[in-house]
Amino acid sequence: MKSRRLEQGGRIDRTKSIGFAWDGKNLTGYQGDTLASALMASGQQVLGRSFKYHRPRGIMSAGVEESGALVTLGKGSRAEPNIKATTQELFEGLEACGQNAWPSVRHDLGALNSLFSRFFAAGFYYKTFMGPKALSGRGTGFWMLCEKIIRQAAGMGKASREPDPDCYDHAHAHCDVLVVGGGPAGLSAATVAARAGLDVLLVEQDFELGGDLLNQPESADQQRKKLIAEAQGQGVRAMTRTTAFGLYDHGVVGLVERVSDHLPGINQHLPRQRFWIVRSSHIILATGAIERQIAFGNNDRPGVMTASAGRAYLNRFGILPGARIVIATNNDSTYQTATELEDAGAVVSLIDARENVRSELIGLLGGSNISLRIRAAPLSVKGMQCIKALEYTTATSQGWEHGGVENCDLLLVSGGWSPVVNLLSHLGYKPIWNREQACFVAPETDIPVCMAGSAAAIWNHEDCLISGQSAGGGVAKLLGCSVRQKKAPKAGGWGGPIMPMYEVAVKGRRLKSLVDPQHDVTTDDIRLAHREGFVSVEHLKRYTTLGMATDGGKVGNVIGLALMAEALGKDIPDVGTTTFRPPYTPVSIGTLRGRNVGEHFRPLRRTPMHDWNLEHGATMTMAGLWHRPWYFARQDEGIEQAYIREAAMVRETVGLCDVTSLGKIAIQGPDATEFLNRVYTNPFARLPIGKARYGIMLRDDGMVMDDGTAWRFSETEYFMTTTTAHAAKVMTWLEELLQTRWQDLKVHVTSVSEQWAGCAVAGPKSREVLMASLENRDMLSNENLPFMGVMEMQMGEGIPCRIARISFSGELAYEVYVPSDYGAAMMELLWEQAKVAGGCLYGLEALGALRIEKGHVTGAELDGRVTIEDAGLGKMASTNKSYIGKSLKNRPELVREDRPRLVGIKPSDRSKTFHAGAILCRHDQVSGMGEGWVTAVTHSPALGHWIGLGFIAGGHEQWKERKAIVADPLRREDVEVEIVSPHMFDPKGERMHV
Amino acid sequence: MLRIACPFCGPRDYSEFTYGGDATVVYPALDADEDAWHDAVFMRENVRGMQAETWHHVNGCRMWLIVHRDTLTHEIVSVRPAHPAWANVIAAETSLKGDP
Repeated sequence: MKSRRLEQGGRIDRTKSIGFAWDGKNLTGYQGDTLASALMASGQQVLGRSFKYHRPRGIMSAGVEESGALVTLGKGSRAEPNIKATTQELFEGLEACGQNAWPSVRHDLGALNSLFSRFFAAGFYYKTFMGPKALSGRGTGFWMLCEKIIRQAAGMGKASREPDPDCYDHAHAHCDVLVVGGGPAGLSAATVAARAGLDVLLVEQDFELGGDLLNQPESADQQRKKLIAEAQGQGVRAMTRTTAFGLYDHGVVGLVERVSDHLPGINQHLPRQRFWIVRSSHIILATGAIERQIAFGNNDRPGVMTASAGRAYLNRFGILPGARIVIATNNDSTYQTATELEDAGAVVSLIDARENVRSELIGLLGGSNISLRIRAAPLSVKGMQCIKALEYTTATSQGWEHGGVENCDLLLVSGGWSPVVNLLSHLGYKPIWNREQACFVAPETDIPVCMAGSAAAIWNHEDCLISGQSAGGGVAKLLGCSVRQKKAPKAGGWGGPIMPMYEVAVKGRRLKSLVDPQHDVTTDDIRLAHREGFVSVEHLKRYTTLGMATDGGKVGNVIGLALMAEALGKDIPDVGTTTFRPPYTPVSIGTLRGRNVGEHFRPLRRTPMHDWNLEHGATMTMAGLWHRPWYFARQDEGIEQAYIREAAMVRETVGLCDVTSLGKIAIQGPDATEFLNRVYTNPFARLPIGKARYGIMLRDDGMVMDDGTAWRFSETEYFMTTTTAHAAKVMTWLEELLQTRWQDLKVHVTSVSEQWAGCAVAGPKSREVLMASLENRDMLSNENLPFMGVMEMQMGEGIPCRIARISFSGELAYEVYVPSDYGAAMMELLWEQAKVAGGCLYGLEALGALRIEKGHVTGAELDGRVTIEDAGLGKMASTNKSYIGKSLKNRPELVREDRPRLVGIKPSDRSKTFHAGAILCRHDQVSGMGEGWVTAVTHSPALGHWIGLGFIAGGHEQWKERKAIVADPLRREDVEVEIVSPHMFDPKGERMHV
Repeated sequence: MLRIACPFCGPRDYSEFTYGGDATVVYPALDADEDAWHDAVFMRENVRGMQAETWHHVNGCRMWLIVHRDTLTHEIVSVRPAHPAWANVIAAETSLKGDP
């Protein structure tokens, strides 16, 4: 292939030269070049190596279907593999290199693989590396020996292992009409729809609008400019460098906008790419068509490309892609290209597989030196790293026979055109086979998506314009505008019919004919799959990997289907087609993730006391989305010393703990009492005003949903607290019950979790600390506020507060809530007094230690698989009233005596410890599923050793005489434990009643 | 991605909502027997076609809605508040504006 840049012509700006590096070599191109066109103009031919056989590959196309010129762009953390050189805009300082080759794509030792290609046929891995026959050169064991070498040799480019340094954005857009594709059909459709008054967004994956007009001779540019000006004049919003990669339900479309991939240097002020979610009322797909290859010998050699690519490099990029060019075709679309190439100075010959070629087409060649051979087709390409000659066949009554050899340095192939119906396929619509046009077309749908232009198999330029206008008008009509809609042209438009041709072969000739060049799938692979019994195209695809490369089957699918149909003796439509799935072209994971990375991976909830906690030495931990104090280390304490000290100090004096993250719900209305009485298992009908009650909620199926408290402030008003973990779930549940099930109840529920800041004051000295923080200290006497009493009052400095005397730690304790903005002030007041009393601040770890000592349950225990009996709370299930879950909690499996029940766990050897998540087993049977599991473990300062909570079959009564084993094979040795009542400290609960 | 026309907020992405379940289930009285509750909680038709279902506009107005959706095509033909009082308000407003 002796390509050279022409002196003039094309859409490149020869006054703006751009320097770039290819495999370390410094080359230049021009503004307007793609990397592929710049490489072609520089005479570079071998740009890549194939996936399996390391066959040399060059430029095969001029668009997104490229399967040859796949390169790695950038270096270090910015290295991106498998970039299609044909779509990458050239920019100053671009660095690219070949991939899947060593030492280079021109001289690749991996090419030795092709000598063994007979062994690498379809199913090679399945046949060689599965099964038990280790060491015999087969089997899974053999795979383990070979894996490293194979992984090294196979595959395409290598992704960087460094973090992605670039930034990506998410954005949203709305429009009446989204037009995908900025060619003649798309532009005219957009103009008509916009003229009717609709808000139209047009997206084009290329960096210029115009579609096929870009590839036509300069004379077509007037029309291109006119179409663009009209669209802009009507207010069409056009986005270039933007790919509609996926179509979703209800008019939602995913776009990727390449914002700075074409700009030199590092653009810190810009995102690299932007992921758009577009919500549209109607979609027009003017996505064009992709020219197909034909399978023949060595049809993947550098110097073989589609005919339309040849035209694009000539007319758009001002390159004469070859000096001696053969064009092989089965349809009308290549004749114009042939004359244009000849005009530019090439020696051109045409071979057309058809018997009859229209006289107008032959007339087109009149006056040129183009030789035309009919009933001829390409058989095999000569030359390794570049094409030297083409051996062609001629048609006889017995099929193809050797015809002759023609020297050439470029072979342009047109095997027909495939409309880009991929996006519609994303919505589940199977394309249907159009026999006359030999291609898949979109089916009729009843959704607001329509096709226009060559995407609807309309080949003629004028008809594409009309098709676009018709689509635009049709959409406008559907959306209520009064317009006259043009009649849509029919599919087709060539003077003479296409002759379906997918493979050229001669009996007895072994050829390496590629169907899917990117995955090295050959015609023999398809036939082998058929011989081995693969009938369904879906299986064929997975067995041979046809269409599973980065082009998503744009190049090879139709040929593969045709070959399979032939092998099965069926028609193409009877074989079916595989489903195209998003994305249309590859999308960076970074684009999808946008800015949701690192600490922004998920939202963060901070309590109003966050800063106060940090100022007072808190180390924070995550509890769901919340940041909560974990422990408050003093001096050189680690977490273990800190939490054990904190828990001990709560039992001895007093501790303060930020409990803001608990869910808080205001329940108001005349039926509030009845409502609570139905959702909690225990009775709420007679809860006096000024009292709180601990309550359990079940799900409909009888399992425990959550536990919490409800405080009664008036006849019609309650304040409910939930666990941190289930706050949102409980709120949704209450809303569901009121809005969908008990619509007659006059109750309103409001989440007030954000409105109240909470602090637990726990320990024998909690009363004196809290008293001293109040405006009127007498209100807190035992008579005034007994156990489970609630009251609204004022803290010092007039801070309004709600106080309940409830205890999670088992000590005399209070929960104090103030409006959120007073959170830090409340902590300040309480901490002043707690310091005087010798108290401490405590975090989540000590909170856990205290509740484990008491056998109080949290989300670790209430995991959705637990009944109220399992949790040891059976006494809270009323027998005198009905409530949610009452019926189904009595299902036979749920009342079995041997169900796992909540228990306490103590190591027999008190110096030992064990881990949450471990399995509890019988002493004599440490295997299998065991008898239960450990949910929580802590060091208990009150007991002086490690303890845990867990569930074990039958509960602790069943294990009085027996020891259990905590089996934790992955982390440590097994530990023998005693199973005891979960109430391991102060079982009668006397301490909280003082 | 589905779009659900919330009667209170307008058309919104379905990611703002959570799916509830079959809207035609009539839950029995709380003291009904196990069989009645079993059927209400566990027995579901796997509908191919139009289905009435509940959705919660959890990241919006927090209203529970009844959505008629075709499970085959995702076509949504109607969305109304689950609570009849709210449904009446919406209906009244729609008739004031003039039903399109």
